[in-house]
Amino acid sequence: MFFLAAAMIVVWLGITLYVLYLSNHQRNLEQELAALEELIAERKDERKGELT
Amino acid sequence: MSTTSLRRARSAGTSGLGHIGLLVLNIGAVIGMAGLMWASLLYALPASNLAGDEQTAQRIFYIHMGCNFGALAGFLVSLVGSVIYLVKRDLDWDRAAQAAIEVGTLFGIGTILTGIFWAKPTWNTYWTWDPRLTTSTITVLIYIAYLLFRNGIDTRQTRARFGSIYALFAFASVPLTYYSARWFRSIHPVVFGSDNPDAEGGFNIGVTMTHTLWIAVIAFSLLFSMLMLQRWRQLRLEDRIFELREEIE
Repeated sequence: MFFLAAAMIVVWLGITLYVLYLSNHQRNLEQELAALEELIAERKDERKGELT
Repeated sequence: MSTTSLRRARSAGTSGLGHIGLLVLNIGAVIGMAGLMWASLLYALPASNLAGDEQTAQRIFYIHMGCNFGALAGFLVSLVGSVIYLVKRDLDWDRAAQAAIEVGTLFGIGTILTGIFWAKPTWNTYWTWDPRLTTSTITVLIYIAYLLFRNGIDTRQTRARFGSIYALFAFASVPLTYYSARWFRSIHPVVFGSDNPDAEGGFNIGVTMTHTLWIAVIAFSLLFSMLMLQRWRQLRLEDRIFELREEIE
């Protein structure tokens, strides 16, 4: 029983850790994209200010 | 440039298979894995040895084969993706190959670890330098090296070209692993069609065991597809963000 439990735990732990890595990485990418959007919006405003 | 590029970046993570398709796939994978747990622990009839004692560790076989199938699917997709990338030079195929190798390697490690836990009560040792065990470990190490090497290359196109050529050669280790228990004297059981009389031999499995094996194949195929697609979308998004950064700078 010990070996069966150990095998199951190892596989499920691996899958869970990979899913957590994916979700964490996705969150970071979305934050990075939001930061880039802000940066572009700021630059647009600056250009508008320069023109007026 | 900015609004169009941003729109492209936003859509990079979602295009291809739609949200609903992915949701269905995710639910399918969860149901499949739950079904596999039920079938492997409860539905499949217990296996017993010649003395008639129940061998609980035999139930590891289903998850071991599932992981093995997931790894095989990953390495096959990486081969197809690499060939198509080299022909078309479309980075989406390189991303597919990378995502498939990542998930395939994860399942490859799962195959080895579950095998180790099966080996101890069966062979009375966690590890032996058997041809099948050695070749499967070499295969996983080759694919881990792929992930490490390609991350060391800065130019995107060079990285994709190197990765694709590497993945083509790396795949040679997959059939070698498959046939290792047939070509060489191996104590590892040969599950599908044993032609080598020296091999430990095919073992007869009952109806419930065959059903469980099929559930394992389906569940791990769904899980592999789900993880690979998620990772592929992330790799697309990473590339788009990198392009955006370069445009801004």
